[in-house]
Amino acid sequence: MPDAPRILYCHCAYAQVVPPDVKAAVLRRLCESGAAFDAVADLCEMAARRDPALKRLAEGGAVKIAACFPRAVKGLFHQAGADLAAERTEVINMRTQSAEEVSAALASADMNLNLPQGKTEAAAAAAAARKT
Amino acid sequence: MAIKDQTTLRVVLYEGAGAQPLGAADRFAALTELLERGYTVTRTGTGTVAPADRSTLLVLGRFDEGRVPQAEDAEGQVAVHFEDISGQDTAAIAGRVEWHREQRGAARHGEWKPWFPVIDYDRCTNCMQCLSFCLFGVYGADATGRIEVQTNDNCKTNCPACSRVCPEAAIMFPKYKAGPINGDAVTAADLGRERMKVDISALLGGDVYASLRQRSDDAKVRFSKERDDKKALAERQKCLTKLATAGDIPVEVLMSLPAPDEILRRAGEAKAKAAAALAMNHQTQS
Ligand code: SF4
Ligand code: SF4
Repeated sequence: MPDAPRILYCHCAYAQVVPPDVKAAVLRRLCESGAAFDAVADLCEMAARRDPALKRLAEGGAVKIAACFPRAVKGLFHQAGADLAAERTEVINMRTQSAEEVSAALASADMNLNLPQGKTEAAAAAAAARKT
Repeated sequence: MAIKDQTTLRVVLYEGAGAQPLGAADRFAALTELLERGYTVTRTGTGTVAPADRSTLLVLGRFDEGRVPQAEDAEGQVAVHFEDISGQDTAAIAGRVEWHREQRGAARHGEWKPWFPVIDYDRCTNCMQCLSFCLFGVYGADATGRIEVQTNDNCKTNCPACSRVCPEAAIMFPKYKAGPINGDAVTAADLGRERMKVDISALLGGDVYASLRQRSDDAKVRFSKERDDKKALAERQKCLTKLATAGDIPVEVLMSLPAPDEILRRAGEAKAKAAAALAMNHQTQS
């Protein structure tokens, strides 16, 4: 049986963009569970410092990340030289989802792979137009 | 020291064999406190966590009979320290972690709001408009001439201006209030941004820096005629306020811009950098 996905929780400590009650409730549930997890203060700050810890967080099996928009999380890891693998990453958005939804998604063994992938049609078309 | 060059401390809350688990409320309080102070914390339990990296590890635990384990990384790459937190409340735990951080010379967090552009390479067409636009050297190009964010500490907090000049909506600021700049999906409605850019261009006469140059020249003419430097300054402020309204740029950021001549010098430098990167990119692609 494959290992259960790892859990990574982002506390978004240096801005008020994730509702404080949502992140507190999600963290509380994680603390009440018996699950092992990695909690980071602020993924943005880690990406800015090109923290090598992001590499280890991105590597090694399936991972569920409770943070914000998948497009932003993918970009942050990429910018830090620690690409997330689309085939084993789920990003759960604490900016838009309720604490119950986030906690249920973290607890579920199912993976909802949702990293945006590849060039969008619009971007590809724009790129092609520029080349001609 | 640039934040990229600082080392960090990784905290592990150990609750396995040889240690007593914390109650859920204590665990939550300790984690919240450490996260608020900027630490990365791993809680052990059922399931896997990320492997160790080369950051210094501080292992906290309520060790049986206060017996602090001795361990070291067999490969000698990771420094491991232990701290018995039996009977300690949240404030005391945080105090001990701070002490270890200072002892190891690890980074103090929270002194800089992590505000910087993040490029969505799925959308970016490497047009270099962001590089030509930014006066603070945040952008650069890699060895193949590809755009990248190089000096994120230089970015002006809460200023999303470069995301407004990107024709592909490829520049995100994850801590921005609204989409798509915050990383939300780019929708058809967002393509109306093009219209907004046209409006900004119209407002500023086509080019932000050309507009500043014009206003600077006008101000100089008046200055020489009237010897009234207050008027020249008022002129600059008027232009900057228009920019602030159009581009959602904090006025403090605009007011901290250098004098028009310096702006023009930096804009010229940025444009030259962009042109060189484009040439390099064409070479490596062909
Ligand atoms: S990744 Fe998202 S949730 Fe995490 S710190 Fe950045 S903006 Fe906040
Ligand atoms: S302006 Fe946008 S599309 Fe052009 S190089 Fe910068 S991020 Fe890429």
